[in-house]
Amino acid sequence: MNTRKEDASLDSDIEVLLPWHAAGTLGRRDAQRVEDALARDPELARRYALVREELGETIRLNESLGAPSTRALERLFAKIDAEPARRPARALNIGARIAEFFAGLAPRTLALSAIAAAVAILLQAGFIAHVVLSPPTIGGYSTASAPTTNPGTGEFTLVRFAPQASMDDISKFLAANKLQIAAGPMAGGLYRLRVADTRLPRSEVDRIVERLRDDKLVSFIAATD
Amino acid sequence: MQPTSDEVLIGRIANGDRLAMQVLFARHHVRVYRFVLRLVRNEATAEDLISEVFLDVWRQAGKFESRSAVSTWILGIARFKALTALRKRAEEELDDETADAIEDHADDPEIALAKKDTGSVLRECLTRLSAEHREVIDLVYYHEKSVEEVAAIVGIPEATVKTRMFYARRKLSELLKERGIDRGWP
Repeated sequence: MNTRKEDASLDSDIEVLLPWHAAGTLGRRDAQRVEDALARDPELARRYALVREELGETIRLNESLGAPSTRALERLFAKIDAEPARRPARALNIGARIAEFFAGLAPRTLALSAIAAAVAILLQAGFIAHVVLSPPTIGGYSTASAPTTNPGTGEFTLVRFAPQASMDDISKFLAANKLQIAAGPMAGGLYRLRVADTRLPRSEVDRIVERLRDDKLVSFIAATD
Repeated sequence: MQPTSDEVLIGRIANGDRLAMQVLFARHHVRVYRFVLRLVRNEATAEDLISEVFLDVWRQAGKFESRSAVSTWILGIARFKALTALRKRAEEELDDETADAIEDHADDPEIALAKKDTGSVLRECLTRLSAEHREVIDLVYYHEKSVEEVAAIVGIPEATVKTRMFYARRKLSELLKERGIDRGWP
């Protein structure tokens, strides 16, 4: 009987998935199963061609239906205007609120925030590594007021990056010029960059600052003590 | 610059942001209109329903919980509105019997085939499917909804979505066969 044949084909888990495979809405695992089955079963591949034909004509049919007139929008806002005024209430969905927060940030702000976060993580990691790996001091003695760390030697500059600079651009710029972010971002989007690990003559520092100033990523730069 | 996501727009609409409502409307109204039009088969009714659908979005935005995509949520509202309108105006619904009656006046299958290419016959057959079958085919093929999303919009189990789609396609093949196009399936 024909019906039995149809039921048998309905039993085929793969065959019922063909429409979603054609539309590209299957998960990766199911999509792979369908791809494998299509590769080894020519009859299934022929039926898949029928599905693709249906898909194409359904899209053509729907696209031929046109669009509503602008009256639909006017009518909607007339109805909204007639609604009782409501108190602004935040949507409860935390995900949407996080998405709203990030959507409100400019690309530059996002990039700078990401750099600041990366620096904070690196500093924290360095501190933890120092605590874990340093040999314990035996019999040592220090007072609370005694300096415990070197404040940092070398030469530093204050830099503000151009607004269009992406995080990737800044990373490449730092690597190419052998610079390290020592602090920042500070007020006004400034960063303190270490340009040398040791003290240099003032003329040498000025030369480095001049060279960096020519880079289009730098909107402001000045030597600092 | 990335466009604001639908979820963010819904959050703003919940706070009474009319501009966000306008953006969401611009983004989705054509597809929603076509979905409704395929169900109610009346342009004026479909246009009326569009403003009703988006008015519900305006009213319920604060309750949206991101369990599904915004477009899936809107299509669910649209479907409910369309079916309610169909129930109110039952006499305007083109059911299977009416379709059959039209079929009786149609050309002989061979003449019909000679007049049209396979694509146009297929599109004509798509319009002759039952509302239930049209709906599932449109959601899968045109609105690109997954099995889970169709289940959420129509309110049926996922297994039923798969079988309904299968039978909708089989009915389509039968209609094609009646018009002289044998696809060798089912």
